[in-house]
Amino acid sequence: MSTGEYSSTGLTRAELRELNRLAAIAVPASAEYGVPGADDAVIFADIVGSLGRDTNAVREALGLLRDIAGGDFAGLDRATAAAAAMALLGRDEPAIAALGRVMLQCYYRDHRVMRALGREPRPPYPKGHDLEPGDWSLLDAVRSRPPMWRDRDQRGK
Amino acid sequence: MAADDTPDTARPRDETVDVLIIGAGASGAAVAWSLAETRMRILCLEQGDWIKPSDFPSNGRDWEARRYADFDISPNRRARDTDYPINDDNSAMKIANFNGVGGGTILFTAHYPRLHPSDFRVKTLDGVADDWPIDYWTLEPYFAENDRMTGVAGLAGDPAYPPHRPTLPPVPLGRTGTRYARAMNRLGWHWWPSEVAVATTEYEGRAKCVNLGHCTPGCAQGAKASVDITYWPHALRARVELRTRCRVREITTDGRGMASGVVYYDAQGMERFQPAEIVIVAANGIGTPRLLLNSASARFPNGLANSSGLVGKNLMLHPWPQVIGYVDEELDGDRGPQTVMWSKEFYETDPARGFVRGYTLQFSRGTGPANEAITSAAAGRLPWGKDHHRVYRTLLYRRLMIGVACEDLPEEHNRVTLDPVLKDSHGIPAPRIDYTIGENTRRMMEHGIARASEILAAAGANNIAASRVLNSPGHLLGTARMGLDPERSVVNAWGRCHDVKNLFIVDGSIWVTSGGVNPTCTIQALALYIADNIKQRLATLFD
Repeated sequence: MSTGEYSSTGLTRAELRELNRLAAIAVPASAEYGVPGADDAVIFADIVGSLGRDTNAVREALGLLRDIAGGDFAGLDRATAAAAAMALLGRDEPAIAALGRVMLQCYYRDHRVMRALGREPRPPYPKGHDLEPGDWSLLDAVRSRPPMWRDRDQRGK
Repeated sequence: MAADDTPDTARPRDETVDVLIIGAGASGAAVAWSLAETRMRILCLEQGDWIKPSDFPSNGRDWEARRYADFDISPNRRARDTDYPINDDNSAMKIANFNGVGGGTILFTAHYPRLHPSDFRVKTLDGVADDWPIDYWTLEPYFAENDRMTGVAGLAGDPAYPPHRPTLPPVPLGRTGTRYARAMNRLGWHWWPSEVAVATTEYEGRAKCVNLGHCTPGCAQGAKASVDITYWPHALRARVELRTRCRVREITTDGRGMASGVVYYDAQGMERFQPAEIVIVAANGIGTPRLLLNSASARFPNGLANSSGLVGKNLMLHPWPQVIGYVDEELDGDRGPQTVMWSKEFYETDPARGFVRGYTLQFSRGTGPANEAITSAAAGRLPWGKDHHRVYRTLLYRRLMIGVACEDLPEEHNRVTLDPVLKDSHGIPAPRIDYTIGENTRRMMEHGIARASEILAAAGANNIAASRVLNSPGHLLGTARMGLDPERSVVNAWGRCHDVKNLFIVDGSIWVTSGGVNPTCTIQALALYIADNIKQRLATLFD
């Protein structure tokens, strides 16, 4: 896909190419599970369009990725790129957490992904959900306990 | 620094009101409603907006993402123009709040336990901190009144509490609660369905919960009892005036040392003066000390009502580790109110545990698809790359999660001060938080984590892990404490400032100790109790 169309989003075209490749490695398409990857055109457009508060953090993360890759991440061969991506995503840093969040929050609302998981692709409201009442007989074991609370004033016992 | 006299400069001066309330959240709404019957002229200034039900995230497909954006619990992350920044860089817990009509109840999980009788007698029973100047039984009628106004779902008969009867049926146990309950019975430990501020049946014009499962960032159904839909409609019908987008900069005083009103910025950003006969602060445990410290003057050089030096000190935030595990069947996930039951097995002091006081175990259902992925990836449970999809399917809707709500004891070095650099959009100095977790609480946290892990194991969970990253629950307590001794407290036993006899505080600032429960229910009962004292003492209120 062409990533030039996103150049107004706060990331450069080079950063968008890197992010796109990283997304493909982080959450790859899977025929086995019937899901697209996070680099899918629709999902990636959602990711880029949703950066918002995280734009600077994502840029910082991509900078770290370039450091790990020793230069142009998008130009690396597949194995080297995968190793660099995993090295980046394994770091425990706020910018990396933000990078992961912006990918996953969009991936796991895509209607194809939701259907593949057996979920209705819809917001919670207005339909809501059914919830089983559960087994209230389990509470019988607790009802018979004596009072547990302490009261120096002894006004309630 | 404010002058010691009522300002009469060029700024517009509004008509004097009898009662001015600062903040339209949990306590401000309750006190406004209670005082309305006096027919006094009552005005509330709120820095935020009304939030429309259609604004809540659960209306849209981006409902999970917005928890990390405009409905994030951190004002620094949320950064709405109605928020003020908080410097929490030097705090072991990050600060959570919400600024708007409803305040923190807009973003609360609606878990609604009362403080226990022993929480008011900590010094006497356990030899730590201080006793409150009031007790559980003083508040009991106000708990009951607040329950009626709120609509509290729950079940009478919990042996962990004095007898009381919640107004509505409990939330469903569901598959998740049933799994927890079997484990607790196997261990022989106490559990009970949580009391939650959720309408499980239609109640006072509010719709019944339909299990949107996304209670925390607002309820589009209107089943969660945020005070914008409980107390405020009643207060407004009783002619209380509520002005939004009005940010108070300082409380002014007159030549007698009485509060004379406030200087605030209105919705257009214009600086105004609002005179008042009585000022009631309801701005939460951080906003209130910030305002008092920003109200320093020649007469009150260390901040208003601060002759004790305790304004801003003794901040308590409730450290709240979480333990998560996964089972091999699909559970409730994000369906239904998040909190399902509690355990008080370890609430009361047992010296054999190596710490005093105790904690509530709060049992939660799971979480949504995106949040499961985000939190599990961050925790290292969910890999990136080719194994991502397989592992994700072992996590989604299979989560059990127990929160450990630890009592936080008051320590003066945990405090709110004014940041020397950071300011809000009106140029008002922002709060700075210095906070560490005490040793007693650390031992309590580890004990709770170990017990929660045992419960999850008994429930058949694997992949059990504890999170000690404390993204605050948003309980802001203790920074203008209540007491009988003016040298050791900021307000008296009914919320009036020792130093300023027409200035009252009704929010979580006045708590002496924190207990190990979510505080909103008790904050509101306290506000009703203080309002009742004001009403009963009107003839001699300033004596």
